Amino acid sequence: MKLDSKIPAGPLADKWNNHKAKLRLVNPANRRKYHVIVVGSGLAGSAAAASFAEMGYEVSCFCYQDSPRRAHSIAAQGGINAAKNYQNDGDSVRRLFQDTIKGGDYRAREANVYRLAQVSVNIIDQCVAQGVPFAREYGGLLANRSFGGAQVSRTFYARGQTGQQLLIGAYSALSRQIGLGTVKMYTRHEMLDLVLVDGKAKGIVTRDLVTGAIESWSSDVVVVCTGGYGNVFYLSTNAQGCNVTATFRAHRRGAGFANPCYTQIHPTCIPVHGEDQSKLTLMSESLRNDGRVWVPKNAADCAKPAAEIPEDARDYFLERKYPSYGNLAPRDIASRAAKEVCDEGRGVGQLVDGKRLGVYLDFSAAIQRLGESEIRARYGNLFDMYENITGENAYKQPMRIFPAVHYTMGGLWVDYNLQSNIPGLFVGGEANFSDHGANRLGASALMQGLADGYFVLPYTVTDFLAGEKSGSRPSTDAPEFKAVVKDVNDRVAKLLSINGTKSPRYYHKALGKITWEKCGMARDKAGLEGAIRDLQALREDFWKNVKVVGSGDALAPELERAGRVADFLDFGIMMCLDALTREESCGGHFRTEHQDAGEAKRDDAQYAHAAVWQWTGDGQLPARHAEPLVYEETQLSTRSYK
Amino acid sequence: MVQDNGKETTLALKLRVWRQRRGQPGAFEEHSLAAVPTSASFLEMMDMLNEQLIKAGQDTFAFDHDCREGICGMCSMTINGMPHGPLPGVTTCQLHMRNFRDGETITVEPWRARAFPVLKDLAVDRSGFDKVIQSGGFITVRTGSAPEANNIPVPKPVADEAMDAAECIGCGACVASCKNGSAMLFVGAKINHLNILPQGQAERDRRTLAMVKTMDEAGFGNCTNYGECQAHCPKSITLDVIAKLNRDYLRARVKEFFSSTGKPSKGGD
Repeated sequence: MKLDSKIPAGPLADKWNNHKAKLRLVNPANRRKYHVIVVGSGLAGSAAAASFAEMGYEVSCFCYQDSPRRAHSIAAQGGINAAKNYQNDGDSVRRLFQDTIKGGDYRAREANVYRLAQVSVNIIDQCVAQGVPFAREYGGLLANRSFGGAQVSRTFYARGQTGQQLLIGAYSALSRQIGLGTVKMYTRHEMLDLVLVDGKAKGIVTRDLVTGAIESWSSDVVVVCTGGYGNVFYLSTNAQGCNVTATFRAHRRGAGFANPCYTQIHPTCIPVHGEDQSKLTLMSESLRNDGRVWVPKNAADCAKPAAEIPEDARDYFLERKYPSYGNLAPRDIASRAAKEVCDEGRGVGQLVDGKRLGVYLDFSAAIQRLGESEIRARYGNLFDMYENITGENAYKQPMRIFPAVHYTMGGLWVDYNLQSNIPGLFVGGEANFSDHGANRLGASALMQGLADGYFVLPYTVTDFLAGEKSGSRPSTDAPEFKAVVKDVNDRVAKLLSINGTKSPRYYHKALGKITWEKCGMARDKAGLEGAIRDLQALREDFWKNVKVVGSGDALAPELERAGRVADFLDFGIMMCLDALTREESCGGHFRTEHQDAGEAKRDDAQYAHAAVWQWTGDGQLPARHAEPLVYEETQLSTRSYK
Repeated sequence: MVQDNGKETTLALKLRVWRQRRGQPGAFEEHSLAAVPTSASFLEMMDMLNEQLIKAGQDTFAFDHDCREGICGMCSMTINGMPHGPLPGVTTCQLHMRNFRDGETITVEPWRARAFPVLKDLAVDRSGFDKVIQSGGFITVRTGSAPEANNIPVPKPVADEAMDAAECIGCGACVASCKNGSAMLFVGAKINHLNILPQGQAERDRRTLAMVKTMDEAGFGNCTNYGECQAHCPKSITLDVIAKLNRDYLRARVKEFFSSTGKPSKGGD
């Protein structure tokens, strides 16, 4: 597998500008002769599809939801980072770059991250012009708040629903183009495979979820922005439909998958309450601005109501362990600290399977200082959501929180142009791997999705198209398309015909139990080896005993889930293998064998690289390749938030 | 909810759930479900029902859902006659079973509205909403053409009011709850969000006229001030957005009338 990162020469600060000046262009009159397929309509997908259409390309955009506005970017609560330095607190592009590289535990690609920090300022301009109602000060100018892993206030926000507001902005730009006829939007369509012609990505095969029709679509380039794979853990903060199928199908067609073991466990989620739970709910990281995290000092106090535990019997463990960042320590560190105190038997909340897995997030000090109405103004919707789910009033008693799977830093391998190793296959947003290293900082996912969609892909995809002869795209009657359509039809027919005894959800739960226990917050060699064996057995059982009810010619939620779970099973094996072969700890990847008293211990000599996996066939383990990470201006050091 | 003895409170329920295939007439099916934890969400209860149906070899009920945290707007069930169920300001996915009683019969139907045809069982086609947005629910700004963000000050009360309207999640409960199947709360929220911001002024009249026209064409009814939409909106959008929509529409129509010069329109947009 050839992995050329194509990082431009020159100083970090000049790379993107120099590179842009060299990228090829397509004449405006010729652009409409090119057809661009965009899969996914979240921040990256909507922004890219709208931008391509504004430039003059013919665009088709696909999403599985009933409207592009519902993609899971919508659920981001807290905010979006940008190096505007409106707060005059010393922020700069360089500082945002440094925070992101450090936050990612020195496992991200330097040049990509610098570019991300550079374009962050343009994103805010774009969104404000679209009418995104960011929070403002009385003078009418934009307000900011702080997020984890930074010592400046650079996060822009729209109440507790920044993701929805940014997505409505991108969706409205996309909708304008749909109305103009320059984007054809296909909702309730799921990409089930990628079509390669002469080694280049030239189209996709989809299933119309309403009619069941399997259709193929030809294009000059395919842009995949289909999000992350957090649902490989079954319980996560992801939407129910989030899945790995589009990227994994591309992987099976030859695209390298990078760093699948880099998964982010978010520290502030509502704890698990029972067996039939289908999802975990995030409480925004912004709450850590005003909430203090604690557990009782003595395990004997854990069953008592919080109010009965006196101040001097409480352990504010984040403030104790990380005094300079306190409750705003980065996500991976805060999550592990919470797990640690619960493992010591000091967790709070109800017993689930004999354990109390929860810590308090306490607002009483902030309510005393600022008043309940101010806290309500800042976080009211989050407190309401908490009460809906738990039946508890967080103004009166502390919230209970516990870490949960939230985001995945790994994804399809891409070069500096966001092009995978398959020519013509571009990957944006959470679906690619490049910017967050081994841990993503809060409020950086929205930044990256929009950076890719608005300000990177329009340039780099154009450069690719300039090298393709206009009008040269294949017909969907070509044998390559027919062959892939047959594969997809066969697979759907197979899933419907097994008629076994266990539901797709049964397998999804079983998969999640294995991945969460063995490849979750802490991992070790024996556990991962066992997990791979268990997943292989589960995979075999799935293809013998799954029962998929419904029919192929109507809405069939069980068939959709079965296909996604089947891909997650194969993917889960690869994720565990990646975790097993990365013999170090970094960011969200914590191998218990590699630590300094609970802190992640990196091995830069051997593992300062992205691990890139190549598909080798059904039932076989994938092959590992490496892209060395070259740091030109960053001094690698041990991350410290103490 | 866990009791002091460590046991979870559960409910036994009777369910009347709508079953329908696209383009065919539908009917209620009756099912019983035992041991539903009160801590489960309504959709988790529906998952349990579907798992029970799979065990019995029957087709599951199709229903729309995605984020399950009340923000994507995909879930859409009429529960005991109320879109999103009995709690105010809550989507179906955020409704929890502790709000129901043991032994209760719960009726579950799709959104009922002419403009929202049933696709299967509880899932409906809400693409009419997208069409309204496509006709004008945006501010025209090409990628890369935006001015520096702080060059456009927006007074905080204006930004807050725009945000109040922008909280709409486009779920369609307003249409489903309205006797007329009117989408005025949705369109009013969208128009208010953009029409009061300084950035939205250039296209204000054009936007309003286009969105109202498309709304009518998509088969939505008119508003006759029942107020059901406000009562069932999971984001608590209030009726004043409809009043403001009517004001903006009137303003745009009057301006359109008086700005006519008698010359035939050259189009150009």
